[in-house]
Amino acid sequence: MFEQNGSVRIGVYICHCGTNIAATVDCKAVAENAATLPGVAVARDYKYMCSDPGQTLIQQDIKDHNLNRIVVASCSPHLHEETFRNAVAKGGLNAFYMHMVNIREQDSWVHTDKKAATAKAKDLVRAAVRRVWFHRPLERGRVNIHPDVLVVGGGIAGIHTALTLANAGKKVYLVEREATIGGHMAKFDKTFPTLDCAACILTPKMTSVKAHPNITLWTYSDVTRVDGYVGNYKVQVTRRPRYVIEDLCAGCMQCIEACVFKQPKFEDEFNLGLGRRKPIYIPFPQAVPQVALLDPEQCIQFKSGKCKKSCVEACGERHAINFEQKEEIKEIEVGTIVLATGFKTFDPARIPYYGYGHYPNVYTSMEVERLVNASGPTGGEVVLRDGRHPKSVGIIHCVGSRDVSTNRWCSRVCCMYSLKLAHLLKEHTGAEVFNFYIDMRTPGKMFEEFYQRLLNEGVHFIRGKVAEVTDWALDPTEEGKLVIRVEDTLSAFVRRIPVDMVVLATGLEPQDDAQEVRRLFNIGCSTEGFFLERHPKLAPVSTFTDGIFLAGCCQGPKDIPDTVAQAGAAAAEALALIDAGFVETEPNSAYVNEEACAGCKTCIPLCPYQAISFLEDRKVALVNPVLCKGCGTCVAACPSAAMQQNLFEDEEIFEEIKGVLSYA
Amino acid sequence: MPDTTFEPTIVAFFCNWCTYLAADSAGISRFKYAPNIRVIRVMCSGRIDPQFVLDAFAKGADGVLIGGCHPNDCHYQEGNYKCLRRFNLLKRVAREMGIEDARLRLEWISAAEADRLRTVVNDMVAKVRELGPLNWSVPNEEFSAEKVEMEVAS
Repeated sequence: MFEQNGSVRIGVYICHCGTNIAATVDCKAVAENAATLPGVAVARDYKYMCSDPGQTLIQQDIKDHNLNRIVVASCSPHLHEETFRNAVAKGGLNAFYMHMVNIREQDSWVHTDKKAATAKAKDLVRAAVRRVWFHRPLERGRVNIHPDVLVVGGGIAGIHTALTLANAGKKVYLVEREATIGGHMAKFDKTFPTLDCAACILTPKMTSVKAHPNITLWTYSDVTRVDGYVGNYKVQVTRRPRYVIEDLCAGCMQCIEACVFKQPKFEDEFNLGLGRRKPIYIPFPQAVPQVALLDPEQCIQFKSGKCKKSCVEACGERHAINFEQKEEIKEIEVGTIVLATGFKTFDPARIPYYGYGHYPNVYTSMEVERLVNASGPTGGEVVLRDGRHPKSVGIIHCVGSRDVSTNRWCSRVCCMYSLKLAHLLKEHTGAEVFNFYIDMRTPGKMFEEFYQRLLNEGVHFIRGKVAEVTDWALDPTEEGKLVIRVEDTLSAFVRRIPVDMVVLATGLEPQDDAQEVRRLFNIGCSTEGFFLERHPKLAPVSTFTDGIFLAGCCQGPKDIPDTVAQAGAAAAEALALIDAGFVETEPNSAYVNEEACAGCKTCIPLCPYQAISFLEDRKVALVNPVLCKGCGTCVAACPSAAMQQNLFEDEEIFEEIKGVLSYA
Repeated sequence: MPDTTFEPTIVAFFCNWCTYLAADSAGISRFKYAPNIRVIRVMCSGRIDPQFVLDAFAKGADGVLIGGCHPNDCHYQEGNYKCLRRFNLLKRVAREMGIEDARLRLEWISAAEADRLRTVVNDMVAKVRELGPLNWSVPNEEFSAEKVEMEVAS
């Protein structure tokens, strides 16, 4: 049966990957075994196949031994398939005459028994050798890249990505769910370790987003549908009504002053409920866009229809307020998408023994950011919920981080922001500040120096995981205080430390709707729920879906400099695609062998992309290769095997089955 | 008495986007599992022709494991549902042929579930090892009972 493919001469290359493979798999034995297989002209093992000499070895062998099929047994095809395809192409063969065998991730790294691992490698190589017989030369298709970009999320990651792309002359749509951009960073007071004010460095960037001619900013909006593929995404964005027309509002705030609620009455979300706002409001003074919005749950006009509408009167000639505003659907076309959807902070009510929500003077770190902030609800004065000023503060680290009962991961930023808050609280109140930590993690430029500075400032550091926060006083010094019970593991005894204020350094978590967003964009999540990057080291901002990139904390906890760096990287990845203008596609689409096609139409309804049509004149099915994404579902269903898939032909897979089952 | 020296061979068909990545991820995490499994990569579990499975059994596999994305998570929208539909039918055919249930398994394993991949492979290998080599001649009792019932009913 092999004769039909002419004279097949296969080169087999077994990679040692240093000792990564060679320590568990006897590479020499695998190569020797491969040499005995039919069609194999050359079989070698080599230390690093992906290195230049390794690739040259293949190219030289193609010439010297007249090879026309190549099998490379090394790491996962997800890592180096492109590398070896290119190497084979440089050697003068069609790139798709190469097949890769995964003997690292799926063999040497997961087994300990050398004999069994070697046997497995031999089987997998045999399967590949049998399979490449049937490989055919294939051409890649080309897909043009639409030059516009969608950035989802308007925190510092999204802002930086959008500005970088816009400055490069690309048109950017920036979609933000909240009424203003700025994200978590807009809520911070100072940033570690330099203590420069977050607003001072962020708000100019927010303003430039609004002013930039290349950026279309849609706040209070959600991405509701994503169709298409790399270079050609069709996206639906739903703009929720703010009941204030964005183009007409000047941000003068007269409507807010004029509102029939004389006093701000409702919980202010931006200040995490520590402040109050009216039903019509601007989230915070530097909000971008400077456009008011109206909460229909609270506005009297919406509730009863009988308000005297003093806001409308105050707005006057502008007519910006419109109680009839409806949600608006926008359809856009973009070539690439950057997800910068950020994180959510851990809800400490999940750890009841720290008393959050039970004792009023237990705060989260985000709340303290607002308390010490000069534009916060108290103007920067640290006043407790009971009106007192704290004389002692305990900061508990790792709340919702490094904990098997909540989140296992380290949130990376809490040690440093706890140091910053310790400094700020001491500066604002002169209080005694205690830090309760498991380990101090200060890896970063000037981070350790900042820790030393805090030690010199007289902040107390107690190593131990806090057992509980309680108001149960055992002696008069503890009366009216919150007592932190902790084992001081450096001095090896249990301590009770009474404080006025407890700050919980809450960790970072994936957003609540991360799973829905993941499905919407057809990307993956890692175990803990952050978006999965294509490769943890070599493709940290790419996803498994071409043309969709990640920036910031949606990919994992990180601080502002890392977020900005990643945002720049995501922008660069998008630019690389846009400026190339096209991308080459994997030629794994389905095709119909017309002679075998009976015209039964089984395949047509199976295709989720409507890529298959029926030719009435010839009574056969036809696949549109541009629409086909290469899943192969139709191929598996075809009763006459007329439908086939490039790179995954029936006979290729049947040969693989024989190969792994040791059919020589 | 099951043959204690018997080591089963499991042929696995993993989809490129979820289960194959989970297997890669298991490698990166250096999770150890039974070496009895031979993975064949397909783009989508929807590509798995029931013939592949039957052919694997015919050619000597002691078990066949199919791995795809969780429902709703298919990279190609719904290929995993198509796979499930075929699998349910195939399972009945396999029973008729005397292939025990533990030998043919469909699992949804996402790229994040390297640990689950290890558990599934180890569990399957242990169960098939317990069953011993595939014995075609023994018809499945449950199916026979069902057949008798149908005959009686008609």
